[in-house]
Amino acid sequence: MKRAFPILGVLTAILLSYALYEALVGAPTEQTMGEVQRIFYYHVPSAWTAFSLFFINFIASTQYLARSSPSKDRFASYAAVGVGLVVFAAAFFIPLPAGMRPSAVATTGLLITGLYFLIRSLFSQPDTDVLALVSAEVGVVFCAIVLVTGPIWARPVWGIWWAPGDIRLTSTLVLWLIYVSYLVLRRFSSSGQTPTLAAALAVLGALCVPFVYFSIWFFRTQHPQPVMGGGGSIDPRMLHVLLINWLAFSCFAFLVCWSRYRLENLQRDVDQAHALESLLDPGGSVR
Amino acid sequence: MSGNPYLFAAYAVTWIIHIAYLGTIVKRYARLQREIEELKKAGGRS
Repeated sequence: MKRAFPILGVLTAILLSYALYEALVGAPTEQTMGEVQRIFYYHVPSAWTAFSLFFINFIASTQYLARSSPSKDRFASYAAVGVGLVVFAAAFFIPLPAGMRPSAVATTGLLITGLYFLIRSLFSQPDTDVLALVSAEVGVVFCAIVLVTGPIWARPVWGIWWAPGDIRLTSTLVLWLIYVSYLVLRRFSSSGQTPTLAAALAVLGALCVPFVYFSIWFFRTQHPQPVMGGGGSIDPRMLHVLLINWLAFSCFAFLVCWSRYRLENLQRDVDQAHALESLLDPGGSVR
Repeated sequence: MSGNPYLFAAYAVTWIIHIAYLGTIVKRYARLQREIEELKKAGGRS
C-alpha cells in the first residue's frame, strides 16, 4: 500500500497533463463560442466529481447513523436495495422528462445499491464518519471550482457573470453553502454528538444534489442542457476529451481523499494520545 | 480567440484552488508530525 500511493500519484499526474493537452489542443474548437468553450472540460468534470463525492458523503453519513444499532442497519440495507430497485424500475415503467435517457436513470439505481454495500464492506462504522468528512471537504473544493469557472465562462458567452434567480446556478450555490456549513459544524463543534449531528445534516443536504442535477429538466434555466443522459448533443471528439478529463479529475480526487483520510485518522490518533496524556499527567487539568 | 483570457483565468483558478487545498493538507500534516514528536518526547520523559 505504501508503494501504491506514489505510483498512482505519478500516473494521475501523467493523466492530468494528457487531459490538459487534449482540452487545450486536441479538442476541436467550438464554432459559436470559440476558445472559451474549452472551460467546459474543467467545469463539467469538476461538477461530476463534486456530485460523486457528495453522494459518497450521503452514503457514509447514512451508514454512520444506521450502523449504531443492528435493527437500523438492517432497515437501511433493505432501504438501499429498495431505492435502487425502484429507481431501476422507474427508468422503464414511468414516463421520463424529454431527453432523460432510461439507461442513465437505471444505472443510477444500480449505483446507489452497489456503492452502499461497497462502502459497508470496506469501512467500519467509525470509519464511515471519517469518509463522510473527507468526501465533503474534497467535494466542497470541486464545487467551488464549478462555481468559479461557471461565471468565467458565462461572462463572454452570456454577457453576464451570474444569472440572478437561475435555478441551476442558485441551487448549486445553496448546495455548496450546505456542505460548507457541514464542515464549519465539524470544525467548531466539540460536542461528542458532532458526528451524529453532522451526519443528519449531510443526509438532508444530499437531497439537494438530485435537485441541482435535475433542475435543468424541470425548470426554465439559462444553463446548457446536459451532454450525457440528457437532451444535449456533443461532438464525439469533444466527448472523448471530456471523459478523459473526468477520469483524470476522478483519479486526482481519489488520491486527495486518500491522503486526507490518512491525515484525519492520524489526527484522531494524536487527539487520543493527548487525551491519554492529560489523564496520566499528574500536573494536568484532568485527574 | 477573444475568449482566451477567460480560458486562461478558468484553468488557472482551478489549479490555484487545488494547489491551495493541497497546501493546507501538507501544512496540517507537518503540524501533526510536530505534535507526534512532542508526544514522543513527553512519553520518553515520563
